[in-house]
Amino acid sequence: MVDVMHGTPEPLSAAETDDVELYHPKSWVTKYVFSQDAKIIAIQYATVALAIGLVALVLSWLMRLQLGFPGVFSFIDPDRYYQLITMHGMIMVVYLLTALFLGGFGNYLIPLMLGARDMVFPYVNMLSFWIYFLAVLVLVTGFFLPGGPTGAGWTLYPPQAILSNTPGQQWGIIVMLVSLILFIIGFTMGGLNYVVTVLQGRARGMTLMRMPLTIWGIFTATVMALLAFPALFVGAVMMLLDRLIGTSFFMPAIVAMGERLAYKGGSPILFQHLFWFFGHPEVYIVALPAFGIVSDLISTHARKNIFGYRMMVWALVAIGALSFVVWAHHMYVSGMHPSFGFFFATTTLIIAIPTAIKVYNWVLTLWRGDIHFTVPMLFALGFIVTFVNGGLTGLFLGNVVVDVPLSDTMFVVAHFHMVMGVAPILVIFGAIYHWYPKVTGHMLDDRLGKLHFWVTFLGAYLIFFPMHYIGLMGVPRRYHEIGEMAFVPPSAATLNEFITVVALIVGAAQLVFLFNLIWSIRRGRPAGGNPWRATTLEWQTPQTPPAHGNWGKTLPVVYRWAYDYSVPGAAEDFLPQNQPPTPRTG
Amino acid sequence: MNEIVPTVASAEIARPAGWRGFVADWSSDQKAFRNVSWGKAMMWVFLLSDTFIFGSFLIGYMTVRMSTVVPWPNPSEVFALEIAGHHLPLILIAIMTFVLISSSGTMAMAVNFGYRRDRRKTAILMLATALLGATFVGMQAFEWSKLIAEGVRPWGNPWGAEQFGASFFMITGFHGTHVTIGVIFLLIIARKVWRGDFDRERRGFFTSRKGNYEIVEITGLYWHFVDLVWVFIFALFYLW
Repeated sequence: MVDVMHGTPEPLSAAETDDVELYHPKSWVTKYVFSQDAKIIAIQYATVALAIGLVALVLSWLMRLQLGFPGVFSFIDPDRYYQLITMHGMIMVVYLLTALFLGGFGNYLIPLMLGARDMVFPYVNMLSFWIYFLAVLVLVTGFFLPGGPTGAGWTLYPPQAILSNTPGQQWGIIVMLVSLILFIIGFTMGGLNYVVTVLQGRARGMTLMRMPLTIWGIFTATVMALLAFPALFVGAVMMLLDRLIGTSFFMPAIVAMGERLAYKGGSPILFQHLFWFFGHPEVYIVALPAFGIVSDLISTHARKNIFGYRMMVWALVAIGALSFVVWAHHMYVSGMHPSFGFFFATTTLIIAIPTAIKVYNWVLTLWRGDIHFTVPMLFALGFIVTFVNGGLTGLFLGNVVVDVPLSDTMFVVAHFHMVMGVAPILVIFGAIYHWYPKVTGHMLDDRLGKLHFWVTFLGAYLIFFPMHYIGLMGVPRRYHEIGEMAFVPPSAATLNEFITVVALIVGAAQLVFLFNLIWSIRRGRPAGGNPWRATTLEWQTPQTPPAHGNWGKTLPVVYRWAYDYSVPGAAEDFLPQNQPPTPRTG
Repeated sequence: MNEIVPTVASAEIARPAGWRGFVADWSSDQKAFRNVSWGKAMMWVFLLSDTFIFGSFLIGYMTVRMSTVVPWPNPSEVFALEIAGHHLPLILIAIMTFVLISSSGTMAMAVNFGYRRDRRKTAILMLATALLGATFVGMQAFEWSKLIAEGVRPWGNPWGAEQFGASFFMITGFHGTHVTIGVIFLLIIARKVWRGDFDRERRGFFTSRKGNYEIVEITGLYWHFVDLVWVFIFALFYLW
């Protein structure tokens, strides 16, 4: 591909757009609170997402305490346990991962990596954050309302979600649905900004095929989110109507607690379709930004150009497109026509192809690279291993005959935690260690970072490998307490205790990370503008942290792709994207 | 090392043929869509997302309609009116559809006059569009109150499947909300046109950005979309 290679200078096109006028804040409030600067909005998004993520972490501790030591913690009754499951799942998937990858990293990196001054509509971008914040507040009110948060499971399946014996039926389910609707509205405002900025707001010379893969990942995920969240929006509106004014979209005629309810004729399966039409793309909405970020981390820290850039881009797009036609593999146990099962199993397994292309390309990028075991690199390598592990069990579960017996066991819990829990979160950590110096101007502490990595990475394996095993033994998921079952040997209980202890240790290791984050803001080693000697534009800003408007007086001009590492004959071992080509000398 | 290569116009860059050319062209410098402003691009992407919302609503409605075991009320009969002794099926819906499609006509004319910088005609045509839109919403309110008087509720109705009322109020309600937002949007922009904001490049109250007449076209995109959605609701809810 001539366009991205170093070598012959390609003539540069004339600027197609004028430089933009920025809104200049006049007070502290408009600068730091109701800020229209994408970088501040990114930090706001990330802070709120990490804060609510900590709540989810504590919820998972409580769940593990109950599973590891059933009966010891009397305040965790079955109702409470379901509430813990529901809130942990929903917070992690939507309010932490989606918000942090797209709202956090998207806002920070898109304008900087593309050489733009800001998002295209900063005001709408600001609204996006505040509506997200409101959604989080509404979600949290669930903990304090009578009856507590909903305990319907994070999938909120009807009819259970609105039946009177489900915990949180009184208020919890209402605030959950309202919060999701708000989240989607807020996300749409931000998402429109990300998409239009990528399509229409790039620097001169930054063609789509020169964009760093981070941007490709965030861009594809945002497009998917804009098309997938509508199904959840509609499902949430319909369920809210069912709950509040007694429509029967999802509610069949049903007897609950010996009483015949007024509902009749609704289709619970319809909700499952709407939910998973959102839910499956959602898996890739959190995975694709991780794919993109990992590609850049590996290339930078192995000082080698990414292998097969063009295929990496097409694989991202293909995964994004395919993920819209696989949703019913989450519904095998709901019962479906065998032909549909065959169709969805086939499409599910086809996704393995572009995903495998990506994994091969990461490995081939590392092949004979100059690998620096920095903290971001450790997390990136950890991601590849974890993702492959979780992905392989996905190949099992994609088949109907394997999924049906395993679906309600801990095996599935272990699978999705490996592939879309631990793997993207490792990338989030890696990305924070990588870009923190740009955000604050100081490095995060290396030794604490390595401690954090090893405890988290090894701990994740110690938690989830045994969980696959007890799942295969038949230990069911979603059970408050399994009690004595003939087919479950007593050793399963011992393993559960082990998992709980490790989970507490891994959780505690996150406090080291938090301490590192706060401590290094002022006391970290000064980073300079480009501590990783990376090529992408965000490292070439005139100030660190970048000032309002990012680029000073003149916008950068891009001459090359993002992966010119270890270039033979270059003065340093990398060429920044905005470095003009050397004219040929005789 | 640091010498800057002189830039040349993009026309001189040869594009490869076939699919590669298509991709290279689309992914070329700065903008994927050459003559499309940020605002217009954003509206298009939003409409794409909104299409999925209405699509999900309509597919949800069709699913419950097909899965319910109780007969579905006959829309031609439910939405019939007695006018001057004649029994006219779907007459009100036909008039509503006519009004909404006419409003798309006045909107298109407003866009035309906007680009000619004819403030007076643009503002008047936008007001006419808003008026037609408000008429549509008014007729919808009449239709709702007539059905409610006849006993249709979101949780039941005298003629058959209770999902009929639920889907009807939800889908027309959601569409009516879109029309109402469009009317408000039209009134705000018409006021700005009338005041000459786009000739004097007055800055927006919230965004402090300069506006221009393109906003009339962007409003128009939204308006035509709402109109198009109605055609699908008409076909799939009333005619089916």
